[in-house]
Amino acid sequence: DEDSGTEVGEGTDEWSQSKATVRPPDQLELTDAELKEEFTRILTANNPHAPQNIVRYSFKEGTYKLIGFVNQLAVHFSQVGNLIPKDSDEGRRQNYRAEMVTGSQESAKVVLSDTENLEEDEEPKEAEAEAETGSQTDVPTVEAVETVTEEELITPRQPKERKLTNKFNFSERASQTFNNRLRDRDCQMEPPPRTNFSATANQWEIYDAYMEELEKQEKTKEKEKTKTPVAKKTGKMAMRKLTSMESQSDDITKVTQAAKIVERMVNQNTYDDVAQDFKYYEDAADEYRDQEGTLLPLWKFQNDKAKHLAVTALCWNPKYKDLFAVGHGSYDFMKQSRGMLLLYSMKNPSFPEYTFSSESGIMCLDMHVDHPYLVVVGHYDGNVAIYNLKKPQSQPSFRSTAKSGKHTDPVWQSELVHTDVIKLKVEGSTMEVPEGLQLHTVGCGTAFDFHKEIDYMFLVGTEEGKIYKCSKSYSSQFLDTYDAHNMAVDAVTWNPYHTKVFMSCSSDWTVKIWDHTIKTPMFIYDLNSAVGDVAWAPYSSTVFAAVTTDGKAHVFDLAVNKYEAICNQPVVAKKKNKITHVQFNSIYPIIIIGDDRGHVTCLKLSPNLRKMPKEKKGQEVQKGPAVEIAKLDKLLNLVREVKTKI
Amino acid sequence: AEVEETLKRIQSHKGVIGTMVVNAEGIPIRTTLDNSTTVQYAGLLHQLTVKAKSTVRDIDPQNDLTFLRIRSKKHEIMVAPGNLAFNFICKASLYLTA
Repeated sequence: DEDSGTEVGEGTDEWSQSKATVRPPDQLELTDAELKEEFTRILTANNPHAPQNIVRYSFKEGTYKLIGFVNQLAVHFSQVGNLIPKDSDEGRRQNYRAEMVTGSQESAKVVLSDTENLEEDEEPKEAEAEAETGSQTDVPTVEAVETVTEEELITPRQPKERKLTNKFNFSERASQTFNNRLRDRDCQMEPPPRTNFSATANQWEIYDAYMEELEKQEKTKEKEKTKTPVAKKTGKMAMRKLTSMESQSDDITKVTQAAKIVERMVNQNTYDDVAQDFKYYEDAADEYRDQEGTLLPLWKFQNDKAKHLAVTALCWNPKYKDLFAVGHGSYDFMKQSRGMLLLYSMKNPSFPEYTFSSESGIMCLDMHVDHPYLVVVGHYDGNVAIYNLKKPQSQPSFRSTAKSGKHTDPVWQSELVHTDVIKLKVEGSTMEVPEGLQLHTVGCGTAFDFHKEIDYMFLVGTEEGKIYKCSKSYSSQFLDTYDAHNMAVDAVTWNPYHTKVFMSCSSDWTVKIWDHTIKTPMFIYDLNSAVGDVAWAPYSSTVFAAVTTDGKAHVFDLAVNKYEAICNQPVVAKKKNKITHVQFNSIYPIIIIGDDRGHVTCLKLSPNLRKMPKEKKGQEVQKGPAVEIAKLDKLLNLVREVKTKI
Repeated sequence: AEVEETLKRIQSHKGVIGTMVVNAEGIPIRTTLDNSTTVQYAGLLHQLTVKAKSTVRDIDPQNDLTFLRIRSKKHEIMVAPGNLAFNFICKASLYLTA
């Protein structure tokens, strides 16, 4: 109140001067009673600024309602603080983080020397802070750093203590060291060599792999068996050399096989019709010809090198039925030159498969039955040579020399019987190589033939026309003598089926068929010209062919016609060509004929010539003709006996 | 060598137009035809031969292709696969004068 305020003021003034109270002019005039009235003042905690009648809308009742209680709180000052209670989540998290930080700081302290100083600076400050008294510990100087570090290391520190910083006196000092430049260092190596590999896994590739494995296994087995270590090593070395050579050489010699095939293919094209004839043509006209047949000419084999040489020998290969050997030489006594051995295959008529040339003319040849790559050749100068077809040499692998009993005269015929070579030469002694079994004869031998079954027996034909039956075991005497011909015997052959019958031909124009037990021939054929060669057919015992020097081929079948040929055909183009040899092929119905111009002609026998006696069932075909011949023999004998008697 | 002689003979045979020898990768080694034809033939026929050989052997692994003939209206092509996949190709005319 104003009054109380003024009274107090005036009271003090009373001490100095007693004055009458001065009343201001605008003062309230109150009575004394009013002046002595007591007015009570109450001090409440109510907020004078708070509203006293707050009304709120009540949705429940839908009217405005007076709120009784009103908030009397008066905020005088507010400030947002940043203190977090220790135990709350956030507080714990912060604690944990701080511990981690201090822990890492401690571990880094030992490593880095620079930061050590910093930390040391901090530590004593911490100690200060901990002390909280403001009493200063040793202020670290640069000199005392070391001692401090010692203390630090020694004193076991609580590792997870939060750094308590003095709020008033704390300053953090940091310094950054020079960061070393980062350098990239890397090294690169050469990448391993790569190749692309692709393959297909076909059935045949798998099969090939298996076959290779098999071969390898077999080879290793063989090596074990031989058991020669030294040889093995050399063998291996040689093998390695061979394989390396083979792989490196990229030359054309590997095409030999393919080249041969292509050559044959090309020839097949050229001679296509001939090949077709050979396989399939059968002369239909034979049906009308009433037992007569023809010879269809197929291929003609000739070689430039052998142009002027006569064909002196023909032989089919026993294993490969399309391969035959031709020996070239000369029959003329005056003109003797070189000789050639050619082997042709019917698959390639234009060029021989093998060629061998020799200095002396070849007179005869034969092939081994068991080893069909061995060819025995007899020369005009008496040499006998054996050629091995497996080896690509042009020289014979074996030659008879003066030491091993070489002949001094032409070798007329040689035959390979198993492993022995038996030659017949002009002088008339048959010799076995290398034993040198000698038979002395009166005349000169020109032809011989071994018996098919009886191993030791053979026939020899001579220049005088006689035929001697000889045996290997009896070297001094003949078993039998036949007065066969008037002139030299050109060929003697046993019948392939009938063990008793043989045939001979001679330059006296005749062909004679004999039974070796009877001294006179069974059949005699006059062919009007010197007969060069005669051969039995392999498929029938009654069929044989004879060739004459007038260029004709005659085929006889005794079962059909005893007295005449069933085929009589000029074979060679020019009549001056003399046919020298004929041979039947063992499986195909063809014959080859060689002439003295060096040509070999291949002819197919027409069906009439190939008649087989198939009428009798149950009987073996082989013995059929033999039985027939026996019958014929008997008939003839009867005829003769009758004649002689008369 | 012998092979050279054989090649010559084949080339001089009646009706043969040209021959060529191809190696394992299909690259021609010898040829008597002109370059472009050779390259073309070599590439095409090599693939065909490989396919044919694969076919034959797939059917029966013990079997093997001996040769391949392709006869067309104008020509005939003969291919013989050799050892180590050397092929020999020959082209012949079909109209032969007798």
